[in-house]
Amino acid sequence: MSNVELHGDEPWITTKLDAFVNWGRKNSLWPMPFGTACCAIEFMAAAASKYDIARFGMERQAFSPRQADLLICAGRVPFKLAPVLRRIWQQMPQPKWCISMGACASTGGMFDNYAVVQGIDCIIPVDVYVPGCPPRPEGLLYGIMMLQKKVENERMSDRSLRNEMEPDAKSQLHIAPEVIDELSEPFGNSVHQTRSGL
Amino acid sequence: MSNGFTPVHAGGALASDAPAPATLKNVPNRGGAVNPSAAALKEHVGDAVKRVDVVCGETTVVVDRARVHDAIQWLHDDPAQRYDYLSDVTAVEFRDDERPIEVVWHLRSLPYRRFIRVKVLLERGSTLEVPTVWDIYRAANWLERECYDMFGIRFAGHPDLRRILMWEQYREGYPLRKDFPLRGRFSRSEQLRQALAANPEARYSMEELSIADAYEDLPTEMKRRLKAGEKTGE
Repeated sequence: MSNVELHGDEPWITTKLDAFVNWGRKNSLWPMPFGTACCAIEFMAAAASKYDIARFGMERQAFSPRQADLLICAGRVPFKLAPVLRRIWQQMPQPKWCISMGACASTGGMFDNYAVVQGIDCIIPVDVYVPGCPPRPEGLLYGIMMLQKKVENERMSDRSLRNEMEPDAKSQLHIAPEVIDELSEPFGNSVHQTRSGL
Repeated sequence: MSNGFTPVHAGGALASDAPAPATLKNVPNRGGAVNPSAAALKEHVGDAVKRVDVVCGETTVVVDRARVHDAIQWLHDDPAQRYDYLSDVTAVEFRDDERPIEVVWHLRSLPYRRFIRVKVLLERGSTLEVPTVWDIYRAANWLERECYDMFGIRFAGHPDLRRILMWEQYREGYPLRKDFPLRGRFSRSEQLRQALAANPEARYSMEELSIADAYEDLPTEMKRRLKAGEKTGE
């Protein structure tokens, strides 16, 4: 609790209550594994006895989104799964966080093709991105510790933290369509999109 | 289809002193021993067999489009062939514009330990349609749906020809065709928007429910609604 930042304009009792609540939250994150590919294998390794995320208060894995605090999206998400992932995120009660585990979940990875979502942050808000293909369990543990730091520094007076963050009403996306299109350049209807140039 | 079910064991139709199956060694790329079923098929359907190739020890028979159903039916039914296992239905398109699209059936005869590959060549510009083999092999149902989804080849007589891998509202075309851009035809944001517009629960059709044998267990009211064409989850 020593590295909790004190905020000058807030009463002492609020900051102490924040520190206490955050201490409880960060040490009892219940993860909901959303494993779709090889990252899920590494997640299983992280959950098993050698790396053991139970040390971080993740003893109980929630296989129902309604009882989970933390969504760990491990693996690539095809477009067909996009509405499912968003539904699961909407079913989770606040407070909730999300870790995007691995290159595919974070950016689409090597699957820059017609079937795979280029980063789940288009669909749901993400707190921590864990790079790697797949990340080793240590990588995931580091991501979890970063998330714990983030939880530790939350303040109840900051209401925006716990906003549901509804997607844009028109496009249903969390990133503006223009930004997505700009980031996915070069993009066209050329048939010569293979990397080998053949 | 043959009436009555007689269990068949792998190699069960062979003589009792037949050699045990072994991995072939030193198989030439082209040529070699031809599967005896190819000659027998030629005798049965005649000119409809256009070509017989042997590649890496596996026999490929190129059959006329109009007779392919007869050929596969005969291979399945004939007591000396008994191709009882359909392992794959797929298609091949070549980058060369002149070469026809090939539809491929992989058949295996468990009693005789044989494998044969049946092909149909679909010329450019012709309608991409071949007869279904669903009435011979029930396994063809999803295989043909996948082939339709990826290549746009229609299987005449298929009971439920819908997309299977891509979602049913997918409008960008057939992903494994050579003229399909790797990243799809629409922009990334449009692809996401269309994907998110789908209702993930409204996906079980009457057929899928009856396949799962869940239908009989449903309450009467739900049966009535399903029969009226309503989809679940809506």
